[in-house]
Amino acid sequence: MKKDLYDHDLEPDVDMPAEFIQRLNRPSKRVSETADSFIPRRQFLKMSGIAGGGLVLAFSLSRSPSAKAAHHTDSDSPEFSPNAFIQIKPDGTIVLAAKNPEVGQGIKTFLPMIIAEELEVPWESVAIQQSAIDAKRFGPQSAGGSQSTPRNWDPLRQAGAVARTMLISAAAKTWGVTESKCKADQGFIVNESNGKKLSYAKLAATAASLPVPDGKTVPLKKRSDYKLLGKFIPGVDNQDIVTGQPLFGIDQQLPGLLYAIYVKCPSFGGTVKSANLDAIKARLGVVDAFILKGNGVDNELSAGVAILAKSTYEAFQAEKALEVDWDKGPASKESWTDLQKQSREITSKPGKVTEEQGDLTAALSSAAQVVESFYTYPFLSHSNLEPQNCTAWFRDGKMELWAPSQTPQAIAGMLSKLLDLDQSKIEVNQLRIGGGFGRRLLNDFACEAAAIAHKVDAPIKLMWNRESDMAHDFYRVGGFHNLTGTLDSNGRLTGLQDRTIVFTPTGGDGKRPVRGGNVRASNIQCPEIPNVRIEANSLPLQVPAGWWRAPGSCSLAWVFQSFIHEMAVTAKRDHLEFLVEQFGEPRWLKKGKAQILNTERAINVTKLAAEKGDWGKPMKKGQGRGLSFYFSHLGYFAEIAEVTVDSANNVTVDRVVVAADVGMLLNKSGGENQVEGSVIDGISTLADQEITFENGAVKESNFDTYPLLRMPAQPKIEIHWITSDYSPTGLGEPAFPPLAAAVTNAIHQATGKRIRTMPISKEGFQIT
Amino acid sequence: MATIKINVNGEEREISDIDPNTPLLWTLRDNLQMVGTKFGCGKGLCGACTVHLNGNAARSCSIPISAVDGQSVTTIEGLAAKAHKLHPLQEAWMEHDVPQCGYCQAGQIMNAAAFLSRNSTPSDSDIDDAMAGNLCRCGTYQRIRKAIHTAATKGGVA
Ligand code: FES
Ligand code: FES
Repeated sequence: MKKDLYDHDLEPDVDMPAEFIQRLNRPSKRVSETADSFIPRRQFLKMSGIAGGGLVLAFSLSRSPSAKAAHHTDSDSPEFSPNAFIQIKPDGTIVLAAKNPEVGQGIKTFLPMIIAEELEVPWESVAIQQSAIDAKRFGPQSAGGSQSTPRNWDPLRQAGAVARTMLISAAAKTWGVTESKCKADQGFIVNESNGKKLSYAKLAATAASLPVPDGKTVPLKKRSDYKLLGKFIPGVDNQDIVTGQPLFGIDQQLPGLLYAIYVKCPSFGGTVKSANLDAIKARLGVVDAFILKGNGVDNELSAGVAILAKSTYEAFQAEKALEVDWDKGPASKESWTDLQKQSREITSKPGKVTEEQGDLTAALSSAAQVVESFYTYPFLSHSNLEPQNCTAWFRDGKMELWAPSQTPQAIAGMLSKLLDLDQSKIEVNQLRIGGGFGRRLLNDFACEAAAIAHKVDAPIKLMWNRESDMAHDFYRVGGFHNLTGTLDSNGRLTGLQDRTIVFTPTGGDGKRPVRGGNVRASNIQCPEIPNVRIEANSLPLQVPAGWWRAPGSCSLAWVFQSFIHEMAVTAKRDHLEFLVEQFGEPRWLKKGKAQILNTERAINVTKLAAEKGDWGKPMKKGQGRGLSFYFSHLGYFAEIAEVTVDSANNVTVDRVVVAADVGMLLNKSGGENQVEGSVIDGISTLADQEITFENGAVKESNFDTYPLLRMPAQPKIEIHWITSDYSPTGLGEPAFPPLAAAVTNAIHQATGKRIRTMPISKEGFQIT
Repeated sequence: MATIKINVNGEEREISDIDPNTPLLWTLRDNLQMVGTKFGCGKGLCGACTVHLNGNAARSCSIPISAVDGQSVTTIEGLAAKAHKLHPLQEAWMEHDVPQCGYCQAGQIMNAAAFLSRNSTPSDSDIDDAMAGNLCRCGTYQRIRKAIHTAATKGGVA
């Protein structure tokens, strides 16, 4: 079988959140992502007023007090607003839209920075407005797959450039000179022939009277002329964060608000036979309690018991007194111990070949050395520090939500079916979100809040406690890989086989993998291996799986980058040289396709990491240095970890050196914060995180049984960027995948022990 | 049900008709509508709910309101001095752009403020140890450490 193993996007199902949104947004699918198709700002103001009027807290103008006043300006004033992203007031106020949900990835700051750069205005002079959720005006609004950056890069640059071009035209008209004599410079148009200047504010009225050009036709700035992008720009909400202002979903307050909890069956998919509702309703502080049947879709509405109280505490206490007779579903027979046994058994035998290149059988029979290793990793929880929550108010036939969601545009479509409401009667407000990591791509919490609010004559805030958050997550799937590698007599890697498990969800076609659960040959990211075979065995899974930071890559990078190191060690070859050899010639495997591996960029970051990470320098006894590479979400990352391991297997990660190529870094501060966070998250995950389940119910319940890394365990982190002309990408994900293998490869160098089971606590190691 | 009097950020507050077992955290958030103090775990494991009780850092999720009757609480909303001046830690947090999602940061700052008032020249490991009870899911520990050093050199106590 001869096949191009790399002729597809590297993480096919990472695109699913986007597809998912598109599917749910089908009526507005024709809305293109280019800025010029958005409804002009003026029209939008007339249509709906500015989002966040009245009681809504979602509207938040950051930083500039004068912009707050602008909020109340009469919409008929001669402002200049050529698209939904820019508003220039005659008083000089410039308001830029922050269109996508902020989950901590810094997007509320760097998307407006893109506009400001092209608009050519000083960052200090702009106010940022969180956008309403509206696909027609703002295009796709989501936070997932690190896609917001590549998807918005062109449209937002064009939005800024359109406005700049029109201001230039307005100045040329005012002065009676040609446009080529006029130059935009930080909020002014300068007449180059006489040095005269006009501010954007003064030009606003004239510009507003001009036709809006097509965004694709206006000239964009050269990267070398950038004044703002690439600088260290702190987050626009920082002052509100450090002073404790209400920003998050959980902070929503409304008059007469009731506090709701929703109790679901501990084993997934169970339904309610009966509950002691009368006893619950008789409790002090409890206002109401009722059963919801649910629609049986795990990411919409599962069956459960709703309790409404006058305070969160009274609702939480009522849960403790709640007695439910559950009708447990088929998931109640599922156990992690059994799945582990089954998977080990299945992958120990030949299975059905799902992808093949070359002739692995021949490689095996002619090999000088054959290595067989079994790698496994557990399920994980997202553990956003802000537990799931959502506020909803159903009044006058209209449902309004304040939803900390990564895919807010998907909510109206879901609720419309679930509650039989017209989509026009559903309004979703976006809020700052206390951590995404993929958990909030699914909107079960919003469906629950709306279903409860639908039955109640008051606004409700649905609050999950930590225990329910951990018990009802959509988990990163665990995995099993029985790997075989072959070396020839020159120590070259001639073949790689992966006998693995791909979990399939219940109710699916038995082939489509669970979210984030696919395994493809291209995940190996070693295009030079001549003989490759994948046997992906399907196994049904009842426990709900979800996208988790760098889906697929977050676990597969560890497996393959560890195994490549294992092969290099077996071949007695330098790991750096061996890894670079697997990339082959510097080339783009599919020219122009950003999703597909470019080995030149891979080689460059790998070599840079090695150089900055002192590759090859001798280390003391008990110390080790490990290397790893991975390409995901359009970002190229190589990482070196240095560890010290004592005789009791206590591991200190001393230093992590990161080399990255993401085209260009849009915000040095936000971008590096993401990388530092990914390194911490990587260590956190490999140290001691594992979600287990018996009888279809998760056993871990809080941060005592599912620990996050604490401050004393943090390493020194150094980051080195390669700036290239490629389009930029988001940084929420691609720095994460290489970390684990860098650490476990380093532990191998320090101790001679190969870690093949995650977390490393399973192999007797502790991170200190 | 009980009536409780507490001083919050310098103001006397009376909360009537409250279950005396209600944690201070939910009293602040639900009864007084001061939502800067956050809920993370409810069990003293994450530090998101950190406030100052009589000047010491305390986990408000694990203190029943009856236990603070007549006492003084400072929350993140009250950390800045009255004269529109931010606490040096708040300034440093902005300078170093510490937050990612920002959810843990009120608790981090409150914990750091209590710590700095006892140790004005901390080393890296002093900081790490003092902050070990505060989780950041986003992993902003590098910047928290830097910001605490910056605040300390600028005279950390407001
Ligand atoms: S909420 Fe109090 S320590 Fe976590
Ligand atoms: S910044 Fe997100 S939890 Fe700390």
